[in-house]
Amino acid sequence: MKVMNMVNAINDALDLMLTADPGVVVYGEDVGVEGGVFRVTEGLQLKHGVQRVFDSPLAESGIAGTALGMAVAGMKPVIEMQFDGFVYPAMNQILSHIARFRNRTRGKFSAPLVIRIPYGGGINALEHHSESPEAYFGHTPGLKVVIPSTPYDAKGLLIAAIEDPDPVIYLEPKRIYRAIKQEVPEEKYSIPLGKAKVLNSGEQLTLIAYGAMIREAQKAIAMAKQNGFSVELIDLRSIWPIDRDTVRESVRKTGRVLIVTEAPQSYGPAAELMAVINEEAFLNLEAPPTRLTGFDTVIPLPLGEKHYLITPQRIYHEIDKLIRY
Amino acid sequence: MFNQDSLDKHRALDNRMFQLLSEDGKPLEKGWKPSLSNEEIVQAYKDLLFERTADLMAVSYQRQGRMFTYPPNLGQEAIHIATGMVIKEEDWLVPAFRELGAWLAKGVSLREIFLYFKGNEEGSHFTQANRMLPVSVPIASQLVHAAGLGYAMNYNSEKAAVFAFVGDGGTSEGDFHEALNFAAVWNVPVIFVVQNNQFAISVPMSMQTKSVNIAVKGLAYNVPSVLVDGNDLFAMHEVLSFARAQAMEGKGPFLIEARTFRMGAHTTSDDPTRYRTREEEEHWAAKDPLKRLKSFIEANNLFDLSQEDELVAEYKKQIDSSFEAAEQHPEYKLDDVFAYMYSDMPDELKRQKNIYENYLNQSGGAK
Ligand SMILES: Cc1ncc(C[n+]2csc(CCOP(=O)(O)OP(=O)(O)O)c2C)c(N)n1
Repeated sequence: MKVMNMVNAINDALDLMLTADPGVVVYGEDVGVEGGVFRVTEGLQLKHGVQRVFDSPLAESGIAGTALGMAVAGMKPVIEMQFDGFVYPAMNQILSHIARFRNRTRGKFSAPLVIRIPYGGGINALEHHSESPEAYFGHTPGLKVVIPSTPYDAKGLLIAAIEDPDPVIYLEPKRIYRAIKQEVPEEKYSIPLGKAKVLNSGEQLTLIAYGAMIREAQKAIAMAKQNGFSVELIDLRSIWPIDRDTVRESVRKTGRVLIVTEAPQSYGPAAELMAVINEEAFLNLEAPPTRLTGFDTVIPLPLGEKHYLITPQRIYHEIDKLIRY
Repeated sequence: MFNQDSLDKHRALDNRMFQLLSEDGKPLEKGWKPSLSNEEIVQAYKDLLFERTADLMAVSYQRQGRMFTYPPNLGQEAIHIATGMVIKEEDWLVPAFRELGAWLAKGVSLREIFLYFKGNEEGSHFTQANRMLPVSVPIASQLVHAAGLGYAMNYNSEKAAVFAFVGDGGTSEGDFHEALNFAAVWNVPVIFVVQNNQFAISVPMSMQTKSVNIAVKGLAYNVPSVLVDGNDLFAMHEVLSFARAQAMEGKGPFLIEARTFRMGAHTTSDDPTRYRTREEEEHWAAKDPLKRLKSFIEANNLFDLSQEDELVAEYKKQIDSSFEAAEQHPEYKLDDVFAYMYSDMPDELKRQKNIYENYLNQSGGAK
């Protein structure tokens, strides 16, 4: 065991997979010499060489499209989009090809690759550096979408994503890159994709979140506990596929559910979860499933972010309302 | 003056760079005389000095925690000042994010620039600047907008040019190539200025392209293209003037590769020692555009440089007061998050805003 933050844990997973699988390559803008703008790939080029860890030209569509070519030829590219907003130039390759190659060729070819994207707000950044684009990917048939909330999960989920036979979008909640430190095993281990985790068991309400919202949810749950409320917290970990079993079991037990996402509301992950809950646990509901999400607006620049970011107090407010419903 | 003959002589394919002054500010050709008046030269020097002072102060405001991420302009100012001298009120300026002096020339206030980099969209309003697009963070994406603006200028029979900026790294993006192609096919009056400052964050030119230079990329689209010493204000001014004149004659787009060096960090969150050497920095420090123009002015006795300290002190006061004005900008309101999404706020957004306001009322204003 070694104490790691999420940056260390992702770096460790990449390092182990570069060592374990000669087909793995890691590339993107500034990932080589610089070690990535968040230092996630620090030291990897030195250790594994410029053939396997390298800087690409500044072109996201090119980065994603070349990764497909490599994957079709049997390699395992793990590419980085420097920030959430810069995956947009790559959307054509992701939506038009990467997500569809297996289906189009009736299984002859596939695109097993991983796209790592630091995402989300709360870091006082310029425009296009604070986006929550997960719904675009969750809505695209053919992709798996993974979002860790702890260093331990970050490592195990990334290893699973790299070993997965299909393309995986791996979103890194950059706001908590260095915020949480935890004991993480040094060896290789994987966490199955599509499996949620119950972080806190409780009886009165199910709170579903993922990524950076987990930490905010935990603070709210601590407030709830002080007030005698018992809240169950599900860390979704994958937003596609959604772990219906875990969601169903929890909501059937509690009958009340609150979903928290930083992403905008409309057509977002919370909407999908509410549909799943309707399908799986409608008759057990004791209050309307509720969502607390980002507004349907552009996420504001730093001075306005305080109006947009979801706080533990707001989460607690919804918990309180729902339990008293 | 730079003309068709100069263009023919400075073939991008031969990698010949257009330059007028040596590093120490001496004309490269005997008997060369600037096409600018003495007053214009002195004004350009003052503007350059102002940009540099404001830029260095911006970095220090950031260091003091009074501003968020900021991209320094240090070393690239001659390109901006020359653009400012050539661009007209009726022309469009399509920025990337590292053209401070050109923005100021277009009428953007320093207060707004500071406000923007402090993290308020109000700083993108550019109240006094006519025909200038906002900063474009997604690299190179603005260039296709420029081609569209150019089409509109032709369509409306307006005699106006579009000046569009991008960095060397940006020339790898598909949008750069699409913009050149559209501009050429449509024969629109767009002047593409590539600030080749040698690095895209940590990635050097050698890893960005195998082309002998960036100017040749324009040639493939049949866009007249030339490599210019971007640290030579006179050279930049002449080529930009020529490019604009060509555009006004209906000759279509033009591409300038302005060879320069980012003497500062990529942004205030970057550490250049990770990817470039002291030798490289020193090599380029000798080519500093401010120093070069100053040497020329000194050699020709155009301006009493002993006044410079006083001038800089004056600039600093002015810059500080612009920064304070930005700091005193009214509080960012919840309304500002919603108000500009649509021309009329849809009911759904009103609903979301109301829910949040109700929460704030109940919580006594606490978020
Ligand atoms: C589409 C896109 N990808 C990545 C980034 C992150 N990024 C910001 S600046 C930059 C380098 C730009 O280099 P260059 O075009 O040479 O301009 P310079 O910064 O040197 O002025 C990168 C990769 C971005 N802003 N937009």
